[in-house]
Amino acid sequence: MSESKEWPIWEVFIRSKNGLEHRHAGSLHAADAEMALENARDVYTRRQEGVSLWIVESKHIVASNPSDMGELFAPAADKVYRHPTFYDLPEELKHI
Amino acid sequence: MTAKELNLETEFQARIDRGESIEPKDWMPEKYRKTHIRQISQHAHSEVVGMLPEGNWITRAPNLRRKVGLLAKVQDEAGHGLYLYSAAETLGISRDEMFEQLHAGKAKYSSIFNYPTLSWADIGAIGWLVDGAAIINQVMLTRTSFGPYARAMVRICKEESFHQRQGYEIMIGLSQGTPEQKELAQDALNRFWWPSLMMFGPKDEESPNTEQSVKWKIKRKTNDELRQQFIDITIPQAEYLGLTVPDPALKWNEKRGHYDFGDIDWEEFWQVVKGNGPCNAERMAARNKAWDEGAWVRDAAMAYAEKKSARVESKVA
Repeated sequence: MSESKEWPIWEVFIRSKNGLEHRHAGSLHAADAEMALENARDVYTRRQEGVSLWIVESKHIVASNPSDMGELFAPAADKVYRHPTFYDLPEELKHI
Repeated sequence: MTAKELNLETEFQARIDRGESIEPKDWMPEKYRKTHIRQISQHAHSEVVGMLPEGNWITRAPNLRRKVGLLAKVQDEAGHGLYLYSAAETLGISRDEMFEQLHAGKAKYSSIFNYPTLSWADIGAIGWLVDGAAIINQVMLTRTSFGPYARAMVRICKEESFHQRQGYEIMIGLSQGTPEQKELAQDALNRFWWPSLMMFGPKDEESPNTEQSVKWKIKRKTNDELRQQFIDITIPQAEYLGLTVPDPALKWNEKRGHYDFGDIDWEEFWQVVKGNGPCNAERMAARNKAWDEGAWVRDAAMAYAEKKSARVESKVA
C-alpha cells in the first residue's frame, strides 16, 4: 500500500439562523475545502441546525495559550470604570 | 515526581473539584490524557463498529418507514464516531493512529456489537436496549470534566433519543402483531438483555479504574449505579410490551426502591472482551476490508486536492 497521507482537519462554524453569529460546532477531516463543506453539511446539519456554514482549516487558527490567561485577561479585572454601574448618579434620575 | 509537578497536579485536582472544564491546551497529568485518549477512542470505535450489526438489516427493513429510520440512525452513528474521534484528536493522537489501533485489534470497542443480529426484531431490541443503555452512560458523560468530550456528548445525546424511540416502536409493532412476531420480539429480548446489562462494565469492586475516574470526574456514577438505573427504567417498558425479561431473579425490592436482579455471567463478558464473542472476528474483518479497500479513494482525493491547489498557485504566480 502507498504511504497514505491523512486528510487535513477543518473546523466547522454554523449560523443557526439569520441574524445570529456563526458558532463553532466541531471539526472533521477532508481532502479539500469543497469536500470539507460537503462533509460539514452531512455531519453537522442533518437536523436543520443551520442556514450557513464557515469552514476553516484548523492549522490557520491562532489560539491563545492557557498559561497566558493572566497576562492577557487579568488587566480587565480592575477596570471597573469601564462599566456603567461605576458612575454614581442620583436614583430619581430616569432613563439614563 | 518533582515539586513543580506535584504542585501542578494539586492545582489540576482543585480545578476539577471546583467543577471547571479541562480544555485540550490546559496542563493535565499524563494519565488523565492517556485515559481520555483510550476512553474516547474506544467510544468512537463503538459507534463505528456499531453500524455493522444494524447495517445488516437496512436492505431488509420491512417497510419504508422502518428503512428511513434505520438508515438515519446508522448515519447518526457514523457522525457520532466522527465527533468522538475529533474530541480524542484534540489530545494529540491522529485519526489514523486510532484506526490502526482498532484494525490491529489493540483497541477495544463495546462488546455488545460482537453479538449477531439474527432477525429484524434484533434491530428493535438494539434501539430500545443498547441505545437505552448507551444513553444512560452518555447523559452522565455530558458533565464529564474534559470539555471536548462533554460537548461531543451533548450533541450525541440530542440525537440518540430518536434511536431509542425508533427501536421501541419496532418492538411495539412486533409485540402487538401476530404470535410469530411477538415470539421474534421475545427472542430478541432474551438474547440482548444480558449483554445490554454487561455494557455498563464490570462490577464496581472489580473495576479498578472507577475510583480515579470518579475523582477526575470522567465518570460521575459507578458501573453498578448506572446498571441499576437502566434496569429500573427498562422493566416497566418491557411490561408495557407484554414481554418477559429473561431473569427469574428479577423482583421489585420495596425497601431498596429498586429492582433486584440475577447474577450476570461475567465469564461470558470477559470471553467477548478478549475477542471470543460470536462476531468479533467478523466485525474486525469488515472494518479492515472497508479501510483497506477505501485506501485508494482517500489517496486519490488527497492527490486531487494537491493537484488542484498547485494549479491555483501556478496561476497566481
